[in-house]
Amino acid sequence: MNSLIRWNKPDVATWPGFGRLTDLRDEIDRLFESPLTDLARTSQILSGWTPALDLYEDKDNFVVKAELPGMKREDIEVSLHEGSLSISGERKSEEKHADAEVYRTERFFGRFQRTVTLPTPVAAANVKAAYKDGVLTITLPKTEEAKPKQIEVNVN
Amino acid sequence: MNTTVQTEARPTRDQAVRQEYLLPNVNICETKDGYVLEAEMPGVTKDGLEITLEGNEISIVGHRQTEATSGELLFRERRLVDYRRVFELDPAIDTAKVSAKMEQGVLTLSLPKSERVKPRKIAVD
Repeated sequence: MNSLIRWNKPDVATWPGFGRLTDLRDEIDRLFESPLTDLARTSQILSGWTPALDLYEDKDNFVVKAELPGMKREDIEVSLHEGSLSISGERKSEEKHADAEVYRTERFFGRFQRTVTLPTPVAAANVKAAYKDGVLTITLPKTEEAKPKQIEVNVN
Repeated sequence: MNTTVQTEARPTRDQAVRQEYLLPNVNICETKDGYVLEAEMPGVTKDGLEITLEGNEISIVGHRQTEATSGELLFRERRLVDYRRVFELDPAIDTAKVSAKMEQGVLTLSLPKSERVKPRKIAVD
């Protein structure tokens, strides 16, 4: 009778695993549509939340950008251990809608962890992290020895 | 993240320009007062949002801020395209009272229902 915003029957939407099934169908659609570089993301449907990240390198720094929307700064942990950068944290769902009927839950909540191994050493003391608009940007300056240097060739 | 790509063909003069969008993940719930929709659009600020109400459809478009990338890309998982998603609205929603809030890449839309639709007790004299 009415055109409704609800896409799923209410009793199905509250089933805990339901969100994963719609992700599964969408992931399979995407597998056939997009280039092979996206295959790495399919492991997400089984392992929970794995935020997307990019890694850049210029001559002085490594820059890691991770998408972590809707987090509080204090719930994000960044640590560096023996050349591996680890980003982890927990996104807590707000309990304000206790009497609400839920129609869609595509957003992940809970713990996540990503680890990136850096190809060259970085100076741990100068690592900076900034969180803006849901994107965490981590700048890791390379150690002096790791920066590319010109070596002079002497010809006698 | 739900990265199903939605392509839209928009003919401009002789050529059709295909704009690729990403579908943002959403959570939708309904309370007795209205609906709450949360959409994840990391990399989008308040200024990059375009929310349009047309008839009984609401379309949410988030334009990503262009990032100054220095250096060489070694590893990429993020898709740096804009977000777009369209929803059909329950006619009970009072479109004049829709409000939006954007925080750390999450858009929270509050869509209250019109007063006349809410259950009311009628007093008998």
